[in-house]
Amino acid sequence: MAVCVAVIAKENYPLYIRSIPTENELKFHYMVHTSLDVVDEKISAMGKALVDQRELYLGLLYPTEDYKVYGYVTNSKVKFVMVVDSSNTALRDNEIRSMFRKLHNSYTDVMCNPFYNPGDRIQSRWTKRMLRVLASSGHS
Amino acid sequence: MADEALFLLLHNEMVSGVYKSAEQGEVENGRCITKLENMGFRVGQGLIERFTKDTARFKDELDIMKFICKDFWTTVFKKQIDNLRTNHQGIYVLQDNKFRLLTQMSAGKQYLEHASKYLAFTCGLIRGGLSNLGIKSIVTAEVSSMPA
Repeated sequence: MAVCVAVIAKENYPLYIRSIPTENELKFHYMVHTSLDVVDEKISAMGKALVDQRELYLGLLYPTEDYKVYGYVTNSKVKFVMVVDSSNTALRDNEIRSMFRKLHNSYTDVMCNPFYNPGDRIQSRWTKRMLRVLASSGHS
Repeated sequence: MADEALFLLLHNEMVSGVYKSAEQGEVENGRCITKLENMGFRVGQGLIERFTKDTARFKDELDIMKFICKDFWTTVFKKQIDNLRTNHQGIYVLQDNKFRLLTQMSAGKQYLEHASKYLAFTCGLIRGGLSNLGIKSIVTAEVSSMPA
C-alpha cells in the first residue's frame, strides 16, 4: 500500500507531497528528498546504461528495511516519487506502473487548468483524487 | 474537418480582440504582440505536457526539435514542417511553406506587415513547449511571402 506520493518540479522543489499515516510525515519528506539524488543519477546515466533509455518509468530507486521507493520522470523533468510499504509484497511492477500512469494523467490535467500557474504548489481537488489513488492501490 | 476551421477562426478573432482592447499607446509599443506571445506560451506548456505523456524520453536537443517539427506541428497544424536547418550551435530554422494560419489571407505584399501579429501566438506556443521540456529559447518568426 502506497504510503506516500510526491510530485517534484524541474527545479527540485516539491509541488505536492502527501503521506497516508499523517504522523511522522517528516520521515517521508526526508526519504523523498534523498531519493531525488538517485533519480538524478539514473537520468544522467541513461546515456551509457544498457537499460531501456527511452522509458519514463524508473523503477525501484532504493529499498530500505520498511519501505521501497519508486520513481518516474516525465519528459518535462517533473518527477513523481512513490513510497510503498515493504510488507505488501503483492504489489507488482505493473501495478506501480499503472499508478504512475494515473498520476501522470492527473498531472497533465492540472497543467491544462487555466487557473494553475506552472510552478505553484498543487492545491485543487487534485489532492482528493490522489488520496483515492493511494487508497485504491492498497485494495486492488 | 470542422475543427481546423474552428482554431483558425478563433485565432483570428483573438488577434483582433487583443488589438481592439488595447489602449492608444499600446498598439505602437508592440505590447499586444507580447500579450499574444504570452498566451501562446502558457498554452504551449499545457500542450507539451499532454503530447509528451506517452512518448519516450528525449535524448538530446535535436531529438526535441525533431519532435516539434513532426509530432507537435502535425497535431496542431495537421502538417509537418517542411525544412529544419541548424548550425549545431543552438540555432534552428524551421520552415513551413504553407502556414495554416496565414493561408486565408491574400497572396501578395498587401498584408505582409500585419502577418507578424498572427505569428506571435505560434511563437509563444513553441517557446512554451520548449521551456517545459527544459530549453530556454527565443523564438522569432519571419514571413518572406504570402502565403508562407
